[in-house]
Amino acid sequence: MATLSLRNLVKAYGTTEVLHSINLDVAEGEFIVLVGPSGCGKSTTLRMVAGLEEVTSGEIEIAGRIVNNLEPKDRDIAMVFQNYAIYPHMSVRKNIGFGLRTSKMPKPDKEARIDEVAAILGMTDLLNRRPAQLSGGQRQRVAIGRAMVRDPAVFLFDEPLSNLDAQLRTQMRLEIKKLHQRVGSTIVFVTHDQVEAMTMADRIVIMKDGHIQQVGTPQDVYQTPANMFVAQFIGAPSMNMLPGTVRDGRLNIASMTDIAFPFTAVDGYDITMGIRPDDLRIGGEGTPLFEATVSVLEPLGSETLVYADIGGHEVIARASGRTPPALGDRVTLVANPEEIHFFDTNTGEALR
Amino acid sequence: MNPMIQGIITIIVGVGGCIGYFYFSNLILDKVIFPAKGEKAGDNIRRATQVRPWLFLMPAIFALSLYLVYPVIGSFLRSLYNRDGDEFIGLGNYLALLEAEEFRTAFTNNLLWVIVVPAMATAFGLLAAQLTDRLSWGNIAKSLIFMPMAISFVGASLIWKFVYAVDGDIGLINALRMGIFGADPVDVLQIPFWNNFFLMVILVWIQTGFAMVILSAALRGIPEETIEAAVIDGANPLQIFFQIKVPQIMGTIVVVWTTITILVLKVFDIVYTMTGGNFGTEILPSYMMSFMFRDDGRATAVAFVIMLVVLPVMIWNIVQARREMR
Repeated sequence: MATLSLRNLVKAYGTTEVLHSINLDVAEGEFIVLVGPSGCGKSTTLRMVAGLEEVTSGEIEIAGRIVNNLEPKDRDIAMVFQNYAIYPHMSVRKNIGFGLRTSKMPKPDKEARIDEVAAILGMTDLLNRRPAQLSGGQRQRVAIGRAMVRDPAVFLFDEPLSNLDAQLRTQMRLEIKKLHQRVGSTIVFVTHDQVEAMTMADRIVIMKDGHIQQVGTPQDVYQTPANMFVAQFIGAPSMNMLPGTVRDGRLNIASMTDIAFPFTAVDGYDITMGIRPDDLRIGGEGTPLFEATVSVLEPLGSETLVYADIGGHEVIARASGRTPPALGDRVTLVANPEEIHFFDTNTGEALR
Repeated sequence: MNPMIQGIITIIVGVGGCIGYFYFSNLILDKVIFPAKGEKAGDNIRRATQVRPWLFLMPAIFALSLYLVYPVIGSFLRSLYNRDGDEFIGLGNYLALLEAEEFRTAFTNNLLWVIVVPAMATAFGLLAAQLTDRLSWGNIAKSLIFMPMAISFVGASLIWKFVYAVDGDIGLINALRMGIFGADPVDVLQIPFWNNFFLMVILVWIQTGFAMVILSAALRGIPEETIEAAVIDGANPLQIFFQIKVPQIMGTIVVVWTTITILVLKVFDIVYTMTGGNFGTEILPSYMMSFMFRDDGRATAVAFVIMLVVLPVMIWNIVQARREMR
């Protein structure tokens, strides 16, 4: 059963529609990540679920109830904000307990609940501190604690890690994932960072310009991207895209290479070939695809990223860290045919 | 001499003098006292850097000492002499004050002013700041509320004289009384004890605008996310205001409060214009003015009492304001 359902959800500011008929079902206990570039509508979607933005049309259903016209507090949700949004004038205990203030729970039970949450987050000895005395990671934990204490049907996270430094972000990412595995609650997590999306999500929702581009598991969206946008957005470095034209069942790229094209298409059709840097190797096994000149090298230790030029298009390939090519070398780039993606250049849709 | 030319000359001499002072004093410091050459060049540069701030502060320190520190000490010494200033009487003036009935009235009245005016002005200012922020015509309302700030205390008093006028055709209060109850006009400024509050209303009217402007800026500085978090946590608008917003701008509230308190302790014009200190409305500054040029010993003693009362509030104000700036 779906804990959270969005049905034909639309948001418009005046006559400008920013969110176009979003449909999404989130299963109980699922960790869903909404990801996309800024302005894609992911935060707006989350804020509509929270009740901070009004719904223009469509329905939001949480735990079997249509919540469109309910106040945020009655929606059975809790939210963690980007800037923590902890109350600076209250102790950690009061911060966590603020959401319980209106509940009818007897006081000792409330205290017990706060202690329990603090114990789960490992900050029992911080309960009497003020937010100003906490580090960034601790503040984030307070914000999460404040959400947990209310035991909501759905947790909403609005880019909660973007204010933390890189190391802490990796650590909190892991902590949130562990927390999810332990508590088993339903989480909707918004981020612009595809690495966060890939590492944490059960399913990823990729959005762009107010439309959902693809919904799927991290493997799905990585291995079978629905269109060129998803293909380039997921994975770093981004997928190489090489525009070409179909001639006699073969794909001609940059008027120098032609490879077998596994789909039927009329001559002259514009096709873009996509291939991940990870799958494009220097020499070794596989089908030789291109001859190219090495223009830049980026050693990463275990491997080296090789920037090479193919008839005016720059592509990134991977070479071993031990025996990288030299700058200016002429190299052969190879790949397995099944790791090559094809897209219709005009629509951007993947060909399957 | 043509006053125009006189003015221009003053400006040239003043500005030129300032530039000249800074230019030549720095020149002397760098070239003559600590020249940046020879064996001790490094040491000299360091020392010159240490001295330089004092060069820039010097004019201000000089002016402050001349017009603030000297008068404080001078007034204190003068307050130890008799009315003609030719006989040393120790704390005689202060003892006389303690015995004077009028001084005690003025002191208690002043205490009332200090409690009521800052509290009311800050409270109304906060209310106005919060309410006008949510209105489409909030900025117009704000300008109207702020307007009295631009009126001098005497001017404001004259306006309120009309409001309190003992005539149903002019005075607002008596017009209401006449219209609703058909009562005869009264002079509210002569009602014992309560007349103090009618005077305070004037200052509250003036200072609410000040409090509103500062607090409105502070309210806008509150992170929006904390308010949204409180909404999701189920707080109602009143709880959000008192439990989330007000505590976060407490520092600013204190600064506004103490600033108005200091102002209250200086106000004399309102009482002087409205009642001249009659009908039991005397406050310390107006009481002081009643001695001025007649008994300077007594007047300076009152001035000193006022200073002692203002001092702690002022220190608190500065401490809070500094904390806010961090």
